Amino acid sequence: MKKIIQDFEVEENVCLNNVHYILKLASPSALPEIQPGQFAEVLVPGTTHTFLRRPFSIHDVDPANNSFSFFIKCVGEGSAKLKTLKKGDLLNVMLPLGNSFGVDIKGKALLVGGGCGVAPLYYLAKRLYEKNIEMDILIGAAGKSDVSLISEMEKFGRVHVTTEDGSIGEKGLVTAHSILNNISLYAKIFCCGPEPMMKAVAKLAAANSIACEVSLENTMACGIGACLCCVTDTVDGHKCVCTDGPVFNIKSLKWQI
Amino acid sequence: MADLKVAIKNLEFKNPVLTASGTFGYGPEYEDFFNIDHLGGIIVKGTTLEPREGNPYPRMAETASGMLNAVGLQNKGIDYFIKNIYPRIKGYGTNIIVNVSGSKMEDYLAVVEKLNDLDKIPAIELNISCPNVKQGGMAFGTSCESAAAITKAVREAYNKVLIVKLSPNVTSIADIAKSVEDAGADSVSLINTLLGMAINAETRRPVLSTITGGLSGPAVKPIALRMVWQVAKAVKIPVIGLGGIMSAADAIEFMLAGATAIQVGTANFIDPQISIKIVQGIESYLVRHKLSSVKEIIGGMLC
Repeated sequence: MKKIIQDFEVEENVCLNNVHYILKLASPSALPEIQPGQFAEVLVPGTTHTFLRRPFSIHDVDPANNSFSFFIKCVGEGSAKLKTLKKGDLLNVMLPLGNSFGVDIKGKALLVGGGCGVAPLYYLAKRLYEKNIEMDILIGAAGKSDVSLISEMEKFGRVHVTTEDGSIGEKGLVTAHSILNNISLYAKIFCCGPEPMMKAVAKLAAANSIACEVSLENTMACGIGACLCCVTDTVDGHKCVCTDGPVFNIKSLKWQI
Repeated sequence: MADLKVAIKNLEFKNPVLTASGTFGYGPEYEDFFNIDHLGGIIVKGTTLEPREGNPYPRMAETASGMLNAVGLQNKGIDYFIKNIYPRIKGYGTNIIVNVSGSKMEDYLAVVEKLNDLDKIPAIELNISCPNVKQGGMAFGTSCESAAAITKAVREAYNKVLIVKLSPNVTSIADIAKSVEDAGADSVSLINTLLGMAINAETRRPVLSTITGGLSGPAVKPIALRMVWQVAKAVKIPVIGLGGIMSAADAIEFMLAGATAIQVGTANFIDPQISIKIVQGIESYLVRHKLSSVKEIIGGMLC
């Protein structure tokens, strides 16, 4: 799919809690086809400390209205600046970038999102639902205030929550959740979140011989495979997270799991 | 229509805008965004004799108005380039220049000999200035003697246009430039990245796996501009200027300082169409200043 770069208009910018927000952008013309797992490079207007574009997962796409959204966590100057954007503001975005989740599966799926790792899983869940694939969705976070999207995700499958402090759902890490006692029910696990969490999920998947894809994060400059800054170790050597990923089959990664 | 053509030795460029090695892949990465044929040239990723995996990650740190990289010349080697990449890009209607890197003199020479045979590669850029490899790289470019020695050896082995890319991490870049000119270089390009580093205060750890890396972007532009000016005064061969060029105005500044052509590097990451916008911007500058040829601005700073 041909990549485009253009200004998009902010349609809405909605705070979900104290750290997460959804930024919805609209295009005057038709969007290129975007697959679940792909991302965009966003040019943050203005400061000397946000010099490079920032990569964000595509959270949802509404092709009928030529709009799409990002699920963003406030972590630094760039995400703080994007949080201040108002309806009608313009934002320069390059998309669609990277590969996508493999959604052709036979059997039940498990989606595991940690923290803002739920960002690409919403669009994935929507696609799986359209394909009549049954799924469970497991969301892990530090505490209740970091958990978002439960009701939105419930449209597509059964949602389970774990928090480290037990303020909502089961207490503990996602890998300790009781639904994983029956992990062999799943044909495939899709995971996005902090790397230690993804490694723990990958270990469980590998131990039970279940297919598993993870969506990796890395510091990026170009987003199109030119600068070779965002590599990760794979069985075939260094691969760019931006073009060979962000989605990797855990078998291709050199994780010690 | 102003005339944008410039030349280095017998090699003509339709305009003075090239893309810098390591920032433009091999060209296909940018094909979605504009017609590459409209550039003066592209300088492809640093190519070595053997495949290189490059440095471990993290390899990049964003800094104020710039970035540090520690890629470390990751590439699949010259044979892969010739077999798999060259056939894909040789049809471009622009000058394709290969950046040649290495750790040992023999390796540079072996790569250069293979490139001699490629019809659609009219020039090489000899990289004696990469700060991110343990051996060779910048070590060749930080003394007049070693820079001259490798330039002379490559000159004898290569019969097309030879550009030598210089390191700014030296006491006198003009002296190095004179040495490579005397050793037979047809042109010098400068600057490669400046050695820098970044630390994460919270974790107390270096941001880059290699601790130090190469700084690029607008943060380095005033230094690059000063060095281009000094080198252009010191040598007779054409100078190619680069370092933090983000706009046509930046490019024109480098030409006024004495550059015959310029390279766009880090800016390609911010705006993949920036190089072609710079070509258009230079043309409108010439029209606005009633100049018939871009050659009129080379070294044209008034002082």
